[in-house]
Amino acid sequence: MLALVDGNNFYCSCERVFQPRLKNRPVVVLSNNDGCAIARSDEAKALGIKMGTPWFKIRHLEEEAGLVAMSANFALYGDMSDRMMTLAAGLGHMQEVYSIDESFIDLSGIPGDLVRRARIIRRRIHQWIGIPTCIGIGPTKTLAKLANAIAKSAERKPGSYPAHHAQICHLGACSREELGQLLQATEVGDVWGVGPRIGAQLRAQGVHTALDLQRMNPAAAKAGWSVMLEKTVRELNGVPCIEFEDEPPAKQQIACTRSFGHPITELQDLQEAITEFACRAAEKLRRQNSHTVHIMAFIRTSPFREKDPQYSHSASIPLPSPTSDSAHITQAASAILKHIYRPGFKYAKAGVMLMDLQPATRRQLTLDLDAEMPENRVRLMQAMDEVNQRFGRGTLHLASAGTTGRHRAWAMKQERLSSGFTTDWTGLAVTF
Amino acid sequence: MLLVYCYFIQYLDIMPQLSTPQPLPPGPFLVNAFTASVQAGFPSPAEDHQVERIDLMHQLIKHPQATFMLRVSGQSMRDAGILDGSVVLVDKAIKPESGHIVIAVVDGDFTCKTLQTSPNSFRLVSANPDFADIVPTEGQTIEVWGVVVASIVQHGK
Repeated sequence: MLALVDGNNFYCSCERVFQPRLKNRPVVVLSNNDGCAIARSDEAKALGIKMGTPWFKIRHLEEEAGLVAMSANFALYGDMSDRMMTLAAGLGHMQEVYSIDESFIDLSGIPGDLVRRARIIRRRIHQWIGIPTCIGIGPTKTLAKLANAIAKSAERKPGSYPAHHAQICHLGACSREELGQLLQATEVGDVWGVGPRIGAQLRAQGVHTALDLQRMNPAAAKAGWSVMLEKTVRELNGVPCIEFEDEPPAKQQIACTRSFGHPITELQDLQEAITEFACRAAEKLRRQNSHTVHIMAFIRTSPFREKDPQYSHSASIPLPSPTSDSAHITQAASAILKHIYRPGFKYAKAGVMLMDLQPATRRQLTLDLDAEMPENRVRLMQAMDEVNQRFGRGTLHLASAGTTGRHRAWAMKQERLSSGFTTDWTGLAVTF
Repeated sequence: MLLVYCYFIQYLDIMPQLSTPQPLPPGPFLVNAFTASVQAGFPSPAEDHQVERIDLMHQLIKHPQATFMLRVSGQSMRDAGILDGSVVLVDKAIKPESGHIVIAVVDGDFTCKTLQTSPNSFRLVSANPDFADIVPTEGQTIEVWGVVVASIVQHGK
């Protein structure tokens, strides 16, 4: 059996732990640059706010319905996630952290009543860190994910599913008949791995519910759609096809892209932004112990500012030899930037992408001996990462990233940012 | 490989349980990592007594996942040694009991007070005669957020 432990409205819940005033009020968390809603409290959902709604479209609800909007505070969410994951891991032997607020737990060999055990862990997470969760249990990842969705809906929308499935739902313990009823009550598009596009195609073929999909011939799913959908069908029938990954697979691509707080025009400012993005990406690259051999960078104006002249360009270059050195990666990204930059445009977004990643252990012979990463460069990068980890991001950075004291034209807009309640000594919540 | 071999031989002298010579396996082999570096010559007399330095976090925090820090504003807990500007360590895993200093949520704000409960009363008591106790009014709910396990006052800024 597998369990999926998922934090309810996770970002909103994190904000509420340290701002009790937000309890029972509609709350949304906004994406970078305060662009659109990426998390909604139940009360905000009840106001009809959809995932991804731009802030300017719901801003009026501040006055009208007491809506509270927060800028995403990823330092806080990251720390709360870490605490939650540690407690969730107590449910079983192995854990796969699937996203910031979800983890799969392998329950094989766990004796006794799994629902009771899940209830204890759920209560503990709620009491210890203040985050409400739902737990779904099933024989496959797809069924565990579905059980989790049922547990959530049964709690939030009474009547959508039988009430005893609220908060914790164990599909592996349901009778065949009951499982059939639950699958029947689930729209096919809500099944993990189906998505809106395939969902529409399936409905057009008369496959409307999760039950219809479960009864589909796996061979037909493969022939008509893909191997992925075939796996989904098998998983719905209790046959595990998606592997449990207790170690996250190394990423094949690493990107760092960002919209700017204000449009910028100068090459100098873009240079700073690109340097910062390249360094962030290089840091991630080193963390997963990989090298890159291909770098892409892009800049573009805002498609939403229709009256402004539009420009968008990207380019990529291969590197002479694999590297994870911030300086080399930045150099390459800057070279691309100089090549694609045109004056006279208001740039809104830029990014750096590292491609063609390979393990740092793999060595490639190169004719250009200077380009190899000598041992002291490796140690320099390690030292830089350690200093930044210990004293905060940006303590040590390349000079071309600009100085933090100077106003950074490209800095992110975060007007509604809560403080680092668990990460900043000067930003603790106040008690009276 | 040679380096490992040398260290191994040196350790034979100072580790009694290894004083009988052990044959080394041919080819690469694993040795346990030693916590102290070993130098040729006399071993340091402190070596046998080496322990971990006191870790304040470890001493003060029993449930790391459940422990949060809050900054105190005001003097309502002065006589309990919790001063304006103190940082309190709050453990949410501990079940609050009468007599605990707790963080409670009253009308959307955090407040630090001593919890006093009996079967038919609930009271948040301040540690300063200038501050009145808090008793929930009809229909008001007061949530106990966590239990204060330590407070930190920094001196001489």
